[in-house]
Amino acid sequence: MENEILNVQTNNVKSDFSKVHDLTKGEVYEEISFDENVSKVISKKEARAQKRALAKEQREKQKADAHAEMYFENDAQARRFAINRRIKLFCIYFFLTIAAFFTLVPFYWMLITSFKGYDELIRIPATFFPMEPTFDNYLNVFSGENSILMRYILNTIIVAVSTMVLSVATTTLAAFAFSRLEFKGRDTLFAILLATMMVPGEMMIMTNFTTIATWGLLDTYIALILPFGTSVFYMFFLRQNFKQIPNELYYAAKVDGNSDFKYLFRVMIPIARPALITVIILSMIGSWNAYIWPRTVSQGENMKLITDGIMTLFSNDFGGDTSNIKMAATTVVSIPLLLAFAFFKKYIMRGVSRSGIKG
Amino acid sequence: MVEEKVMTSEATVSSDKFAGAIALDGTKTIEVQEDKKEKLGFFARKKKEKKKEASQMLEWKKDWWKALLCLAPCLIILGIFTFYPIIKTFIVSFFPSYNYLRDTFGSFGFDSYVKVLTDDVFWRAMFNTVIMVVVSVPLSILIALLITVLLNSIKKLQGVYQVIFFLPYVTNGMAFGLVFSTIFSPMDYGLVNTIINALGGSSVAWTGTAEMIPYWAGIVVITIYAIWNGLAFKILVFLGGLQAIDKQYYQAAQVDATPKGRVFTKITVPLLSPMILYITITSLMGAFKSYSSVVALFGEDMGNAQDETFITAVGYIYKYFNQVTTSSRGATLLSQASAAALILFVFILIITFVQMWANKKKVHY
Repeated sequence: MENEILNVQTNNVKSDFSKVHDLTKGEVYEEISFDENVSKVISKKEARAQKRALAKEQREKQKADAHAEMYFENDAQARRFAINRRIKLFCIYFFLTIAAFFTLVPFYWMLITSFKGYDELIRIPATFFPMEPTFDNYLNVFSGENSILMRYILNTIIVAVSTMVLSVATTTLAAFAFSRLEFKGRDTLFAILLATMMVPGEMMIMTNFTTIATWGLLDTYIALILPFGTSVFYMFFLRQNFKQIPNELYYAAKVDGNSDFKYLFRVMIPIARPALITVIILSMIGSWNAYIWPRTVSQGENMKLITDGIMTLFSNDFGGDTSNIKMAATTVVSIPLLLAFAFFKKYIMRGVSRSGIKG
Repeated sequence: MVEEKVMTSEATVSSDKFAGAIALDGTKTIEVQEDKKEKLGFFARKKKEKKKEASQMLEWKKDWWKALLCLAPCLIILGIFTFYPIIKTFIVSFFPSYNYLRDTFGSFGFDSYVKVLTDDVFWRAMFNTVIMVVVSVPLSILIALLITVLLNSIKKLQGVYQVIFFLPYVTNGMAFGLVFSTIFSPMDYGLVNTIINALGGSSVAWTGTAEMIPYWAGIVVITIYAIWNGLAFKILVFLGGLQAIDKQYYQAAQVDATPKGRVFTKITVPLLSPMILYITITSLMGAFKSYSSVVALFGEDMGNAQDETFITAVGYIYKYFNQVTTSSRGATLLSQASAAALILFVFILIITFVQMWANKKKVHY
């Protein structure tokens, strides 16, 4: 029984999607990650033991395969082969390490510059490690006329949380309708929604600005939250996950006299929890990184969000180079993102590999 | 226990049904045999579906209200902030004297398009955008492909490298634009200039507002930033695709003692072509819409203050749009900004159609 469950494979759904799949940017595809949910039914300990056994078996098989593949006429040939292989591996690791090094350089430079004092910042040649590390830049970021940054962070948290709650609510309901309910024109409507993903945001931002302006909502939280209260991509992502849930569960719930909404909250949402977490995190990151729209509708001092705030407060160099303070500010902005990544790596990477959108 | 059984049986059924589907992230290998089975059972299944549909017709009517209830919040927001703006922008672009403050349209005409298409700044923006696309897209795809192939060939530390290469994705684009403008500081103490000086060269004005930035230097900085920023997503998608390729192809090649280069061009690239196409399209679109990275690197003026050296297509739209929002005279400039946005949209549509065409013709599944 347990074996059967563990062997449930990840499947892909194309089905009624072929019609719309050309309209989206890429392919329409979805992974059914059932094993994750189903394996919870058996005890975790057992599952872990099975996983370990499976991995061991695989390793041994690989080893055996490797041995079977290689056939050497004598020891010298085998040795030469081993040496060649080692050199090749070394080259690969060498190249990858260089690439990783270049990837990390900006992070490193940001960090060390943020700890440099002004004297050290403009020293020639530049120092590659802060000789006289100082925290002044970080204090500077949060004090004096920059203390409004705390307000911006608070704004961002308020907007991020409300946007997230609103968009999760709207997209979950819509995804439920698109995946479970049967109504005329469902697929057409869904195709139209998907097609809007192609339209560049630049086309909408102008009219949205005039809408918000005529409603007198400039410089309010509503202006920052409402336009992002739903997202076609999240809806698509959740719908795909909801669709994987077997129909039998729905009928079982119906037979037991449960309403559709009870089924949604008691069965669908718990099963699709990983997908919901992905949506929550991506939505929060999106608000944290939002720049163009917040800058457009928040022209006053107090209602800016963090990215816009950082750009207005720190991007100009009045009175000498302030790179060290800038870098302290960018470090402050980056830390929450990196922390989120550290904790939710799996969810973020899974969502991202499907979207291709950033922020 | 009952639940478990239900789940398992359903999952196996659906796996038979859909095994032919191709996943972009490569969670599933392409199974030719399953595909055949699907084709054979096609008509039988259609018939079955029709029967099922008929039995559900009654349910449909009931579900309408529920569906409306569920979709309402979503559709209202989308209606106001997505559908209405698309239509309005389209209309406004044909009314050159549209005034958004009074919401008066004036007369119909193509003046906005003429104005945009005869504007030197627009063509400079297009030129810059095309340069950025032509330089950064192929370069970043090649680098990503190389890294992915190497990454896929190692076992130890693969996870660590993968996380490192993904890190740039979880950064704030604007903030890291500032980081890059610090690294490429025009001063002698910037990181890049320090290295150039150490190698005996003289400093280059990469970014900043005080000096005139040479055109090539700006493009170099933009390209490096675009590559650094975009590599993460490409590697993630490519790696998923590579891991989905059946090992048997490689084993067959090994038996025939095929050279490595040939294995790459004859097996890896063709089987990876759906991912390569997908990445090409998304990065083409991304590069066409590059704006905030340029603002972060060169400031609001997008380059040397007088002539907006590095203005991009989207930057051009926002340049007009900023005048609309900030100056009173600008109320009538919205039409021009809309026309520019529509031209950009047409470009993106063309890319999409090329993708659809290439999808049918060139991609090997």
